[in-house]
Parts: sequence; C-alpha cells; structure tokens
Amino acid sequence: MTDAHPASRLSAEGATALDLRGVTKRFGALQALVGVDMRVRVGERRAVLGSNGAGKTTLFNAITGDFPCTSGRIRFFGDDITLLPAEERIRRGLRRTYQISQLFDGLSVRDSVFLACRGVSRRRLSLLRPRTDDSGMEQALRILQVVGLDDLRDQLVSVLSHGQKRQLEIALALAGAPRFILFDEPAAGLSPTERRDLVAILNALPAHVGYIIIEHDLDVALRVSEYVTMMHNGKIFKEGTPAEIEDDAEVQAIYLGHGHG
Amino acid sequence: MSAASPRPAAGRSLPAAAPPGDPSVGAHLGLAAALLLLPAVASGFILVQIGAQSLILGLLALSLMVLAGYGGMISLAQITVAGIAGYTVAILGENSVAVHGFGWPWWLTVPVAITFAALGAALIGWISVRTQGIYTIMITLAIATAMSLFAQQNYTLFNGFEGFAGIPAPTLFGQRLRAPMAFYYLCLGVAALCYVAVLYGARSTFGLGLQATRDNQRRMRALGFDTTAHKVFAWFLAGIIAGLAGVLLVWFQGRISPGTIGVAAAINILVIAVVGGLRHPIGPFLGAVVVVLIQTFATDVVGAARHNTLIGITFLVIVYFSPDGLLGLWSRFQGQFRQNPLRPGDGA
Repeated sequence: MTDAHPASRLSAEGATALDLRGVTKRFGALQALVGVDMRVRVGERRAVLGSNGAGKTTLFNAITGDFPCTSGRIRFFGDDITLLPAEERIRRGLRRTYQISQLFDGLSVRDSVFLACRGVSRRRLSLLRPRTDDSGMEQALRILQVVGLDDLRDQLVSVLSHGQKRQLEIALALAGAPRFILFDEPAAGLSPTERRDLVAILNALPAHVGYIIIEHDLDVALRVSEYVTMMHNGKIFKEGTPAEIEDDAEVQAIYLGHGHG
Repeated sequence: MSAASPRPAAGRSLPAAAPPGDPSVGAHLGLAAALLLLPAVASGFILVQIGAQSLILGLLALSLMVLAGYGGMISLAQITVAGIAGYTVAILGENSVAVHGFGWPWWLTVPVAITFAALGAALIGWISVRTQGIYTIMITLAIATAMSLFAQQNYTLFNGFEGFAGIPAPTLFGQRLRAPMAFYYLCLGVAALCYVAVLYGARSTFGLGLQATRDNQRRMRALGFDTTAHKVFAWFLAGIIAGLAGVLLVWFQGRISPGTIGVAAAINILVIAVVGGLRHPIGPFLGAVVVVLIQTFATDVVGAARHNTLIGITFLVIVYFSPDGLLGLWSRFQGQFRQNPLRPGDGA
C-alpha cells in the first residue's frame, strides 16, 4: 500500500517517521487492534477515520505507550520503541493530545506549557524557579501566542472554557521541538471560528513535523491531511488520498452515510 | 504565640498574582517580627512547650503537606522518618542508657541522621507510590506500625521498649542549645528555612511538576516526565524536613522510644496538617499551634481524662466548617471582606 503513496510533496523514498507492524491490542476477550500495519513518512500529515470503537484512540495509546500494545512492533524514526515507557517516547519527539482534555486543573496556563517544555529537557527535577528569561518560559509564551491563549496565560486551567482547554491541549503537544504529533479529535466541540483557527495552526506547523489526526469532522480532516487511513473493527480497511476516500462507495456506506455532501 | 496580625501592611497590598489565601510579603514580615520578638514577652515554658514544640510538630506536618498538598500522597509515615533521624542521633551520639551511644559530635550525627531519614523516606516513597489515595494511607500506616513494633521488639539496635534517654542537645559557642530561648530560636530558624524553601520550591520546575502529577499523572508522562522518579524525589525532600524535625524532637524530649514513633503520634501529625490546611505551607504550623495549645492546656480546662475529647471535637468542628482547615476558614473570611474581581474563584 505504501507503493501507491501519493502524498505529493513527499518523495516516495522519504524517511519513515512511524512504522507499525502487526500491532495488536487485546482487552480481555476484546480485540481492539488486529494486526495493524501502518507507515507514515517524516513530515506526512495523515488522517485516521472510522466509527466509534474502530480502534483509533487505542492505536494512539499503543503508539505513545499510554497502554502498550499486546503484540507487534512500533518503530519511531528507525528506533524500536515498542518496549519503551511512555515518557521516553515523548522525549524522543513524539507528542499527543487527548480526546478528553487531560490537563492540570491546579496550574496556570503558562505553567502547564512551561512544564511541557521542561518535560523533554534535562531539567525536569530542577529545584530552581525559572527566571524570567528562562528558555522554557520564553518558548511557552511563544506557543501560547501561536494557539491564541496569550491573554489567559495567568489563569488557572480549571477556569478555562471547553474550547480554550482544547487549545491548551494543542499547546502542550507543540512544546519542545516535536517531530511527530498525534491529535485525538482536536476539533471536537469547537465552534466554527475555533475550527478555522485550529486548521490554521495545523497548516502552519513546520514542514518536517508530521502528524496523525483523528477527526470525525470530515471537512476538517480532509483539509489538514494528505493521506487518509480508514479503520473499522480494529483493522485498517482502506487507505488513500482524501479524494479517493471521499469517492469510495464502501467508505460511504460504512462511515460517511448518506448525509455527507 | 499570638500571631499578632500585621495590620496596615497586609490590608493594603496583596500581589496580584498570589493565589487565594496566600499570605502577602507584609503578612510574612509581620509574622516574622512577632515570632522573633516572642522571647521578650513569653516565659521559658511558653517558648519551649508551646513555641518550640509547635515549630517541631509544624515541621513534621510540613513534610506531610509537601507530599499531600502538592503531591496528593497522604503519608502516615512522616513520624517514622523523623524517628529514623531521632534514633540515629541517640545511637551515634550520646545517651544515658549505656546502649550504643558512640559519642559522635553533633556535626557528624546530624548530617548522617538526616541522610538516613531522607533515604528511608525515599524507600518508603518508592514502595508506596505505586498506590493511590486510601491505599497510600494504608501502606504508610502499615510501615509506621511495623517500624514502631520493630523498634519495640529489637534490643540490639533500638533498645526495645525502653528506647533511649538522656540524649543531650549540643552546646554551641558555650551556649546550651536546649536552653529555652536558644532552643526556641533554633527551632524557629530551621522552621523558617524549611518554610521558605517549600514556598520557593513550589514554583520550581520540580514543584510545579509535582502538583501537575497530583492533578494528572497520565498527562505528565505524556509530557516526558518520569512520574515515579518525580514522586520518589518528593519523598526524599520531604524526608529531609521530617529528618530535621526528628533531630529537634529528640533534642526537645531528650529521649526516644517506640511510643515516639507509634500510631498515635503518626495520626497526630495528620490531624495537625488537616486542622491547619494542606493548601499552603503555613497551614501545618497553624495546625500545630492549635493542637499544641489544646494538648498543653486542655488538662487545666476539662481535666486529664477529657483532653483527647477536646482535641477530637476541635478537629471535627474545624473540618466540618472548612474541609481546607484553618487556611480555608481564613481565605473564606478574607473573601467576604475583600472580593477581588480579577481573581476568579475567590469568595465564590
């Protein structure tokens, strides 16, 4: 399937960012992922579609190590990360956002992003307060400008609105020179304006930063991805360009339904 | 130790970024002045039995506050950690029971005692960080109970039920540190140092990370933090505070026995921390003053047989009206009189 890879700006022999081979996840009797093979190139933007329960988030959890896979191999920029703990995968440049915001209610917006910057540095356990010219703090403020949370930097996370929390999720994923990001339904529950902002943020990412985005909103998904993977019942059943996927009769029957236009 | 509230300074200017209930610089200076001047008006009994004892128990509760308030880990083993330091001082230094007592000088026993305490705390932490919530309480209670019983039954190292007595506080530049005023200032100095260190460290990368781990451990891992190492390090640092308190405690009492580190003592520390409040490092000291005052004077008021009843009722009343302890009462009181529209959640 990788032979037919049409992503225009990516050369066919481009380096691989993420390589999954036979990834399986079992929860008791339930097979959430069944032998998933997937290859994503450096800088590629990929959408993963599928109905609820198709295994999309489980796939993310397996890649990041939140809930490691039962069997199979995962390579990240050539290194086998299958057995690494979650935090070690993050330190290698992998990032993720969560479908249900996973934030620090007791911290300010700025401190949250600052921690995200420090998490991938060597000063994780520093007992010193960051000075005003601290590189992590400066980077945190830059990221807050990018996602449009600059005005709220001193607010407690617990008082943010739903949309602002989703933006903070994105901010955490952008911290500390990410190489590859997994976005889990970043647009869920956003207003049309916020959606437009989100698309702009994704399109403004540096070219070498690839991502996989899980997105139910097809308009968003097709605008921010070059290639689409369809999942169903824990398996990949179709891959192609956004246009191919949109036109595919089988896809329409299973996922898009008749309402899509 | 009337916490002579600093009148004009505190009312005027609170830094805008201070979280609700955070004492201002003015309040800190006022409190420091009152505590420094206390020996001018207070008797030796007040200085040691109320002042020094509150500061020592406050330090122990502070070590619990660091773990529980910032880290979400409620430990009942802080008195055990203090006990490691106390027993180390008794064994390596001097005592009058003719068991061990190697006679090391204080400048050697104290660093060794605090190192043992901190390492012991890290070990207890490493065992207990796999658990959460009530299971952390249970496992630390089990460790505290086991250590107390072990000390009671082991004669070779801990001298069993009797423990150690006649443990002297050192003499420094001809000044006996156990003399009331000297001991009060010693405890005040150590407490102030630890208090400022905790206040400072809470805003460090480590401190913020500990609070973030309390709020969402899974997210912390997804930011690249090793949350187990983070928590164990918190136990180590809290162990230094508890170790310092243990050294002061053994100098204060001049003796240490299994009862010093028993379950009742462990629960006493938890009561102090909860009565004071776990949201800010001043809470444990407030709680310690209240509990020590009751423990010292309750016998006069209600008789010896009822003094635990009075402590229990006070605990119930405070926790009933404010789950955040005295700190919560204070910030609610503040919120009633000075609503700050720029501070969301204040006075709500």
